Amino acid sequence: MSDLESFRRDTRAWLETNCPPEMRRPVTSESDACWGGRHFKFQSEAQRRWMQVMGERGWTVPAWPKIYGGGGLSKEEAAVLAAEMRALGCRPPLVSFGIWMLGPALLAHGTEEQKLEHLPKIARGEIRWCQGYSEPNAGSDLASLATKAEVHDDHLIINGQKIWTSYADEADWIFCLVRTSTAKKHTGISFVLFDMESPGVSTRPIVLISGKSPFCETFFDNVKVPRRNVVGELNAGWTIAKYLLTHEREMIGGIGDRGAVKPLGQFAADTVGLDEQGRLRETTLRVQIARFEIDEAAFRLLMQATGDRAHHGMGNPAISSALKFYGAELNKRRWELMASAAGADGLEWEGERSHDGTVARTWLRTKGNSIEGGTSEIQLNVVAKRILGLPGA
Amino acid sequence: MALVLNEEQGMLRDSVKAFLSERAPVAHLRKLRDSRDPVGFDRKLWLQFAEQGYSAVLVPEAHGGLALGAVEASIIAEALGRTLTPTPFLSTAVLAARAIARAGSATQQAELLPAIAAAETVIALAVDETSKHRPGAIAAKATRDGSGWRLDGAKTFVLDGHVAERCIVAARTAEGGLTLLLVDPRAAGVQIERTLMVDAHNAARLRFDGVRIGADALLGEAGAAGAVLDEVLDLGRVVVAAQLLGLADAVFELTLAYLKERRQFERAIGEFQALQHRAAKLYIDIELTRALVLGALQAMDADPAKAGLIVAQAKAHACTTANRAVQEGVQMHGGVGMTDEFDIGLYMKRARTLQELLGDAGFHADRVAAMGGY
Repeated sequence: MSDLESFRRDTRAWLETNCPPEMRRPVTSESDACWGGRHFKFQSEAQRRWMQVMGERGWTVPAWPKIYGGGGLSKEEAAVLAAEMRALGCRPPLVSFGIWMLGPALLAHGTEEQKLEHLPKIARGEIRWCQGYSEPNAGSDLASLATKAEVHDDHLIINGQKIWTSYADEADWIFCLVRTSTAKKHTGISFVLFDMESPGVSTRPIVLISGKSPFCETFFDNVKVPRRNVVGELNAGWTIAKYLLTHEREMIGGIGDRGAVKPLGQFAADTVGLDEQGRLRETTLRVQIARFEIDEAAFRLLMQATGDRAHHGMGNPAISSALKFYGAELNKRRWELMASAAGADGLEWEGERSHDGTVARTWLRTKGNSIEGGTSEIQLNVVAKRILGLPGA
Repeated sequence: MALVLNEEQGMLRDSVKAFLSERAPVAHLRKLRDSRDPVGFDRKLWLQFAEQGYSAVLVPEAHGGLALGAVEASIIAEALGRTLTPTPFLSTAVLAARAIARAGSATQQAELLPAIAAAETVIALAVDETSKHRPGAIAAKATRDGSGWRLDGAKTFVLDGHVAERCIVAARTAEGGLTLLLVDPRAAGVQIERTLMVDAHNAARLRFDGVRIGADALLGEAGAAGAVLDEVLDLGRVVVAAQLLGLADAVFELTLAYLKERRQFERAIGEFQALQHRAAKLYIDIELTRALVLGALQAMDADPAKAGLIVAQAKAHACTTANRAVQEGVQMHGGVGMTDEFDIGLYMKRARTLQELLGDAGFHADRVAAMGGY
């Protein structure tokens, strides 16, 4: 038996023993997932235990080095673990911006001290991070950000405002872009880390059209941050910001992948009903759903092919913009069709029957997919320039 | 399996691309079209397909073939899509080769498969009877006649039907099952009409009026050819999807080059965001098709009986993408895109034919819905 095969056998046995049955069901929403952090309220003992045992093995971040709290797995081993988790229906034990975004950025650009301080806490779900990027006047043109950091000998003083900070009101620390020089647009930005409990930090949730508040406005009033919390060189934060945006795009692109949720056609069959020939009673909707499922299958395979090409050294990093664009548009389409298939029942906003308006609220929430993490238009600009080599602007 | 070509497949792709762009670029199609060539393809080129091993790609080794799979056949088809080269590759080396290899008797295989591998024959598959692909509604009748058969019916859109030495005809027996018959087009009662098509590729209408066929011309089991035909059609569909992908790639390359070169308002038109975004979306569609088609090909090679859904998805997606590619291609070329002199129009015509061939996007979307239980 090859090493990989014995790893597979051991992994499956371990998961079977250690993954609680409650954690073998699909995650139904963002609030159903385990985000970790100082103040996180676990939904069940099973959720707490699953995060803990996986964190102890480093399998919340299987491919990170062991000394930073990871599992130290090779790409092949990490793929085996993912496949075995999928086979048993295991949920991710922990989801977080620390895992998806800050972690990869620190691994690439952080000092040894920064990695040792922050990565293990991310891996064990002890510290929950948020991302301080957008500002009221710096959206698509992110590099025009104005949150100011005065540089002193051993610390920075930060003043300004961020917006669309996901879960800022629940996060423990923030990774934040600040302006440390006004001389040049892109080369006056620094990437800093600080505790959200620092004096002078406040947050205000923003109520979205979905009625929920996953985003906040975040205010900084003379917030003091140690110099050693700057990642990379001073004024060289834009490089890190871009690196991290690539990861963010991949993550948001991933929402186009439905994962374990019921296929749209089956959802519609349950809500709309079938005729004598076993066809959806709504013939136009039937065709729209079939064409959606075709595009969804293509997207799933393109995600896989992108990974496989990168593995074979044939990747192009700008493809993440293509995936982000398409994943976001696909998810919007999915929920337009879900809303249509649900009909009048899907309009209910509160109450048990509609699970407090899940269809209506999710439908509305997805409209942000093509805005957050760089708008669809910005992604198309990136594809046009970096992949197609089209000139100008 | 990784969604990338392996080393041998990559080498095959490079060599067939180089061979066709040198030996049979788009100008080759123009010459055949403008001279109203009675055969509709170049027989010398077809023989060179044998020298290169292309015609032998799906033929079993025992019959002089390379015994490769759908992935390799599609690498050749993709290159044919780029250059729009007319050859009997699809009719003979893909559809007929697979039907005979799956269902043929030892005698039939020994007679026909080496000839296919050597590109010494052309064999057509006759399935469609209506202007839309509807294999579930085959009405041609195969009636028992002594020890042999009598064939009645009409077929349309038969690729290479006017030059084929044999036709594999799908017909229904009295009990309702499907039967495949190997018909000699010179037999009494067979009428053949070559149909000149928009894309200048070969097709014909065939009529069978009381055609007497010997018992030895039965391909496979009488009344039980449904599974074989499904496999052959699905193989054809995914190979055509690959051809549409190659076509879309070529059109996109032409269009992208034109966006960079054509100047208006003192700048390259590719600087305009309205065009950049459309080009970017088209690029993404093509990449989606590429991933889905390769996935379908690998599934076809792994187990054809389980590949139906992904093959339907791939053909539908390839149709939609190629359709968009040629429409955007003509529009972005502006007035010259409407001229016969520019190649872009030839791609548009060919894309139309390949979309109809073996089921268009609507046909396959319907299959996807039916297989999905809605």
